[in-house]
Amino acid sequence: MSERTIRVVIAKPGLDGHDRGAKVIARALRDAGMEVIYMGLRQTPEQIASAAAQEDADVIGLSILSGAHWHVCARLMELLRARGLDDVLVVLGGIIPDQDRARLRELGVAGIFLPGTPMQDIIAFITAHVRRDTAREA
Amino acid sequence: MKSGVAPGRDVTSVSDRDLEPLFTPADAAAVDYARDLGDPGRYPYTRGIHATGYRGKLWTMRQFAGFGSAADTNQRYRELLAAGGTGLSVAFDLPTLMGRDPDHPLALGEVGKCGVSVMTLADMEALFDGIDLGAVTTSMTINSPAPMLFAMYLVVAEQQGASWSQLSGTIQNDILKEFIAQKEYIYPPRPSMRLIVDTFRFCAERVPRWNTISVSGYHIREAGATAAQELAFTLRDGIEYVQWGVDAGLDVDAFVPRMSFFFNAHNDFFEEIAKYRAARRIWARVMRERFGAQSEKSWQLRFHTQTAGVTLTAQQPYNNVVRTALQALAGVLGGTNSLHTNSLDEALALPTTETATLALRTQQIIAHESGVANVADPLGGSWYVEALTNRLEAEALAYVDRIDRMGGMVAAIEQGYPQREIAESAYRYQQAVEEGRTVVVGVNAHVADQEPKMPILYIDDTVGEWQLSRLAAVRASRDGTRVAASLEAMRQAARGDGPLMEPILEAVRAYATVGEMCDALRDVWGEYVERTEF
Repeated sequence: MSERTIRVVIAKPGLDGHDRGAKVIARALRDAGMEVIYMGLRQTPEQIASAAAQEDADVIGLSILSGAHWHVCARLMELLRARGLDDVLVVLGGIIPDQDRARLRELGVAGIFLPGTPMQDIIAFITAHVRRDTAREA
Repeated sequence: MKSGVAPGRDVTSVSDRDLEPLFTPADAAAVDYARDLGDPGRYPYTRGIHATGYRGKLWTMRQFAGFGSAADTNQRYRELLAAGGTGLSVAFDLPTLMGRDPDHPLALGEVGKCGVSVMTLADMEALFDGIDLGAVTTSMTINSPAPMLFAMYLVVAEQQGASWSQLSGTIQNDILKEFIAQKEYIYPPRPSMRLIVDTFRFCAERVPRWNTISVSGYHIREAGATAAQELAFTLRDGIEYVQWGVDAGLDVDAFVPRMSFFFNAHNDFFEEIAKYRAARRIWARVMRERFGAQSEKSWQLRFHTQTAGVTLTAQQPYNNVVRTALQALAGVLGGTNSLHTNSLDEALALPTTETATLALRTQQIIAHESGVANVADPLGGSWYVEALTNRLEAEALAYVDRIDRMGGMVAAIEQGYPQREIAESAYRYQQAVEEGRTVVVGVNAHVADQEPKMPILYIDDTVGEWQLSRLAAVRASRDGTRVAASLEAMRQAARGDGPLMEPILEAVRAYATVGEMCDALRDVWGEYVERTEF
């Protein structure tokens, strides 16, 4: 029984436009064999949760450099719970102060990656932690 | 981990260009001194725009700063000026940069985080409280809403009794690199260009010493461009602005002398120095030959430099001090006219007072202790530097030619061309780091087990709450009829083809908010939505 391809939604929430990281990681995940849905800039938590549901995403990847991570993640996790999408793996990349990282993990953000993280580490993290739900297999 | 470069291994610059191990007179044989270099202060200014280099005037040490409320940032400015900084540089928060008031849903959690929140004239008054705008020069990093924030600055100067004709400073006002790289745009390209050309017109008439634009390669490079792409897209953006100004009926020599540039200082030391030298030469020739500019001031490319934020690492952050010092040195050896040095903690947060001071000290040590400022263009005549200067110039001109054939930069942007070129370079660079072909100390080599604990500047949410209450207070105390009339006048102006700065000034005086003013123009011009691709 073959495992289905991991489906990842990549989004940049908030007003910031620095999309180098989001674009590079989107490409790296695609090259690693995942299916990437790149939503682009200025996505609200509501839009991201809807996309995750519609696209049957296994993973949501957020890129936040602006300091808005707490508000965005709190709202997104609430929306995912409300939609029964608790098992979607949420990972975050960006400039995230030390004191916020533990709080974000408590909230359910599974992986937090700072500038300079090798792409391979992110790919390995996703592969190790993503749900393996064969019932959802295509 | 091997050290040094293995024999026979391909060596490339940071920009991934092949590099020979040795340069000789043959590599610079084609250089004609009078034609291609000239003495410093002489056309084509390859060796600098000042005959005396830095002996007449050191570069301006201009540290970019802004966070929290206007009062918080005012305090940081006073500290920087007291520490020997010679110019101010305002970092605005994202809601301000995007023309949104703090009560807009997209501003959630963003108020005062990456810069200072300026909503109305009242905030601009607080930002420069006790700072004499007739005496300092101020650079404002603001693009889509540049005319609105500039108008606020002008009104504060007027309140202080400073004459507009004496004011000096810069607004970034460079929308093309926003479409290309940083993505902080509001309106579509063509009305955005109209706003910029209107500031050229207004300043030529009313604020003649103001730098109306800082045509920026910095963000293009940060987004992943190579040195040649940074050089090419920036200069082609400059050409686009000049062309639009000329097409609007402005005289080249009336507005080009007030255009300035802004480049990145990245890791590859000599490649960066060559980039600045090539930039001056290309600009001088383009202005004289393509646009027929007569004024030497139109030929002279003046530029600000900032060290490369993207090279800062969260790992072993003290290493960033060394990176920044080397990058700053490249900027100085390349003849920069002003400089910002990044702080060591910027991959973690906005800088603290201590790290911001150390960054300024780095410049002061280069200026006063190293001796590099004693002689103009000290690397001129180096076979390597001259060959690299030629090479970057040729690569940049090939891009300029290609974009000309696409119909100009606005057309190229609409086709997604520079955006794709940069994304491709960014991915190639990341692969080189992943594969270890590019070494980043502390990241993919010489990794430490334990990272030091860094004290960081933490911006909490009280700023957002404070700004919301201030916004309510301003709205309650102003003359609502005057605000509404001034916003309607802005819409009328946007529908026509006349001046825009004058109605914006009236809205600012009425204490209209940045969000309200930007919305007035959104009502007429709509918003730009980019095609999403990666």
